[in-house]
Amino acid sequence: MQESANRKTKVLIRNLMIAVIAMFGFGFALVPLYDVFCDITGLNGKTDTEAAQVSDVGGIDTDRNIKVQFISHITPGMPWEFRPEVAEVVVHPGETKLVKFYAKNVTSVNMMGQTVPSVAPGEAASYFKKIECFCFEQQSLAGQEDVWMPLRFYIDPEIPDNVKTLTLSYTLYDITAKIES
Amino acid sequence: MTTTATTDTGMAHDEHEHHGPATGFKRWLFTTNHKDIGSMYLWFAFIMFLTGGSMAMVIRAELFQPGLQLIDPDFFNQMTTVHGLIMVFGAVMPAFTGLANWMIPMMIGAPDMALPRLNNWSFWILPFAFSILLMSFFLGGAPNFGWTFYAPLSTTYSNGSTAFFVFAVHIMGISSIMGAINVIVTIMNMRAPGMTYMKMPLFVWTFFITAYLLIAVMPILAGVVTMLLTDTYFGTSFFNAAGGGDPVLFQHIFWFFGHPEVYIMILPAFGIVSTTIPTFSRKKLFGYSSMVYATSSIAFLSFIVWAHHMFTTGMPLVGELFFMYCTMLIAVPTGVKVFNWMATMWRGSISFEVPMMFSIAFVILFTIGGFSGLMLAMAPVDFQYHDTYFVVAHFHYVLVTGSIFSIFAAAYYWLPKWTGFMFNETLAKTHFWCSLISVNLLFFPMHFLGLAGMPRRIPDYALQFADFNMWVSIGGFAFGLSQLIFLAVVIKCIRGGEPAPAKPWDGAEGLEWTVPSPAPYHTFATPPKID
Repeated sequence: MQESANRKTKVLIRNLMIAVIAMFGFGFALVPLYDVFCDITGLNGKTDTEAAQVSDVGGIDTDRNIKVQFISHITPGMPWEFRPEVAEVVVHPGETKLVKFYAKNVTSVNMMGQTVPSVAPGEAASYFKKIECFCFEQQSLAGQEDVWMPLRFYIDPEIPDNVKTLTLSYTLYDITAKIES
Repeated sequence: MTTTATTDTGMAHDEHEHHGPATGFKRWLFTTNHKDIGSMYLWFAFIMFLTGGSMAMVIRAELFQPGLQLIDPDFFNQMTTVHGLIMVFGAVMPAFTGLANWMIPMMIGAPDMALPRLNNWSFWILPFAFSILLMSFFLGGAPNFGWTFYAPLSTTYSNGSTAFFVFAVHIMGISSIMGAINVIVTIMNMRAPGMTYMKMPLFVWTFFITAYLLIAVMPILAGVVTMLLTDTYFGTSFFNAAGGGDPVLFQHIFWFFGHPEVYIMILPAFGIVSTTIPTFSRKKLFGYSSMVYATSSIAFLSFIVWAHHMFTTGMPLVGELFFMYCTMLIAVPTGVKVFNWMATMWRGSISFEVPMMFSIAFVILFTIGGFSGLMLAMAPVDFQYHDTYFVVAHFHYVLVTGSIFSIFAAAYYWLPKWTGFMFNETLAKTHFWCSLISVNLLFFPMHFLGLAGMPRRIPDYALQFADFNMWVSIGGFAFGLSQLIFLAVVIKCIRGGEPAPAKPWDGAEGLEWTVPSPAPYHTFATPPKID
């Protein structure tokens, strides 16, 4: 009686410990799961990280106009200038557009920067197609060097009708230390 | 439930001579007795309650008038953060664990908890956790990023306290997980013969379900603070967009822990009032099995509503609707409970002893908190209420007048059993009325402040909020001071008073009332028989 009770207790404790460890693992598993989920749904406004093919989907929908606004952020401690050429453009879905962003390294040393895009509203993110984007690569600027960086994009005509305006935000990070290390 | 077993007093006395408690400090340091450990948990929780309460007083003193008078904004942020952490992890959770330790073995007819040494350890690591947390005040500043420690506030913009915070949370988590394992093993393996699951007191049931919630989500908390630690100090990028991470991911993982956590803090309260209300209504609990199922459904639903804390993060409409409807669904099992308590009181022969007064106050005030929760659950209106004092009012109604009032009810209900003496009723009633009036003065105007747009966690406010804030602060000081009356009642009751009979409440049922008061050091060395 006592023996079997002890055994039962041991099995139960073992199972509960396994549950604890499994849930600890599940917490970390949420990280890739979240990425996959966002990839499918475009939930967090992340755009494709690879260049899209030139617009060939269903031609240009001249009946619709979509306003695309550009925002640039610089993370604290990043001493570069970074701004879009224009604050906003109006495009037809399917139409390819070129916009330039200006970056300048105002220091006197070589630095590396990386921009990360985000689209709001999130549901529009997967319809925003970049054919060419400076965000696909890292920017290396020598001291006082500046550059006009191209962004060539179109909006997939499949984009839901309720999206009339979308905002593309770029955040510029200093990755000099990470590259060197 | 009827019991044929009577108290094995003679037996207990025998045991007492052989394995009586050691004397002095060693008794408490090395004890494996569930009653000793329960008492230590309760005292620890009370000390933390006063500590966290003093921080609330600092906050209210600063908010007494608009403008910055007493403390600087950074210290204000440290106060709000540490107040929240201490009240959640230091006061409410240990108080419930203490009650579980004291009462569960006695309620199911077990001699002790299943894993007594583990029990000792899970208590004694807690003081270290909170020492680390409080120490950070003197080592460059305590956590100032809110008890929800959103990244990047706690990573990129941390004031250097993240490591202290993370290690403190790890230790608290380990303590809670071990406590939960102990509760589950005790309940599953050590029930007296004849006590089937559906004969267990509801108090035991709610702790049983809470323990499962703890096992499921405390490891997630441990995981998310670990990610925070590596993000801050070891260059990973879980929540850092520069490295491909996402700060919104933090909120998802945190609230996946955080929402079940709020039920961890309220389910045991449901168990307590489901014990006290039948006692003082002199009726059986109405709808016992529906209570069990309602508790289980709340526990299940708590896992699929987490994103209602994040309506304003730019979720898609479908997501908002899903989380909104699931959240509102929780009102159904919660409503079942509230109606069951009312039905229990209906045509009962009610008497208003202090535990009953706290329980009735719980039912009414918790329901107010539940209703403001329903308002917050509606995604469209949440955009207005988000991060305002309305939210502060909501969760203080469910946690202070909910959880903490239920803990007071439990303490008054079982004090005669713990100490062997009746408490001073006049003093206890004074505690009740002072607490009831001041707590409403403290939290009710916060609803109006929130609706008018006063943001939370800000040390200054616009002039039009001045009058309400003054009243809130006065209520806050009064509520804080009222708790000293409780301390006086407890100390007086330990020192002496009218001797308590084995069953001081005539409507009470359950095995704990079959042993003498005070409960002998060892109870149920031979299990009672239950029909």
